[in-house]
Amino acid sequence: MPATKGGVEVPENVIMTTVDSVVSWCRKYSLWPMPFATACCGIELMAVGASRFDISRFGAEVMRFSPRQCDLLIVAGRVAMKMMPVLQRIWLQMPEPKWSISMGACACTGGVFDTYAVVQGVDRFLPIDVYIPGCPPRPEQILRSLMDMQAKIQAGGSVLGTGLPELAEREKMLAEKKSLPAGLATSRERGDEGRFGYRSPGGDALLGVDETR
Amino acid sequence: MNESNAETLPPVIGQLKDRFGSSVSRISTFRDNVRVLVDRSELVAVLGMLKAEAGFGLLAELGGTDYLGYPNRENGARFEIHYVLLNQETHERIIIKVGVEDTDPWLPSVVSLWLGADWMEREVFDMYGIRFEGHPDLRRILMPDEFTSFPLRKDYPLRGRGERHNFPRITREQS
Repeated sequence: MPATKGGVEVPENVIMTTVDSVVSWCRKYSLWPMPFATACCGIELMAVGASRFDISRFGAEVMRFSPRQCDLLIVAGRVAMKMMPVLQRIWLQMPEPKWSISMGACACTGGVFDTYAVVQGVDRFLPIDVYIPGCPPRPEQILRSLMDMQAKIQAGGSVLGTGLPELAEREKMLAEKKSLPAGLATSRERGDEGRFGYRSPGGDALLGVDETR
Repeated sequence: MNESNAETLPPVIGQLKDRFGSSVSRISTFRDNVRVLVDRSELVAVLGMLKAEAGFGLLAELGGTDYLGYPNRENGARFEIHYVLLNQETHERIIIKVGVEDTDPWLPSVVSLWLGADWMEREVFDMYGIRFEGHPDLRRILMPDEFTSFPLRKDYPLRGRGERHNFPRITREQS
């Protein structure tokens, strides 16, 4: 006896759902991580990819070393102050939709490296979805964080995006800069690159801002 | 550190004293290390003589020290740069030190003697701000180019002056 839904007869082996839910389901089981491994956390990350812990059980085994092909940034290890512009550039190069994991004490807070050279937590300058404590974290913790990440992806997300916000932001910034007087305006070819030679949507930071102390 | 008597010192110390006189001072030993403080004006001459005539052909190490606030140090310059030379025939080592004041910190470059001193001098410049006159390419080597301080100086705070937090903040909406 077939079930009925809303007066329509539904045969067996048919599942009713929403498109958003299906798309999120597809996304969460095919994460392609971008391993940004700078320290010993990267070794644990390799262990997660190997056969004993086997990250491919969660569909996230395709580690790509080009940010253009990835949708999950895993920051594994301390990020030196010289490396932060590189990390931000990699994040901006990843296509939407994208997520990020901050792995280990150093990536989350700077860890024991409370010095002039180490960024005290990458979440000061990047949006981070899931944090993993530990020094370095056990592979089980990384798998747990991946499951949390999947739950977060399933809970959110939509196929009806409004386009890439970074592009809208960029267009707005370029339009603003073009109306500035000569000398301050940017040329069309130059775009809005900052002092590190890459595009930063919020504009360059200024040394000595109170909240950065 | 103890002032050592002449008979335990290697003969090259005597040669240095004969050749350079009062430019060679404060000879001391610690275990089997022999340390010699030389004047900046005779630094290249001393190192060149040790390389050409005494067989110390390898510059094993080039580093610096900031003695700002060092306990029980009454005299002496603020910075001391040390050159550890190695004789590969006899496996002897000698350490040549030279004092640098922080009003105008500069030293003659020894890249003309050892090409390997290139990056070592760049690192000393990066960390202490000591200019090596005659260096072919004196740039920062570890810190980013826009860094303005010299982080291994003792008057530079361990946590920096905000450089580690001087980055644009990228939010979820903007990326």
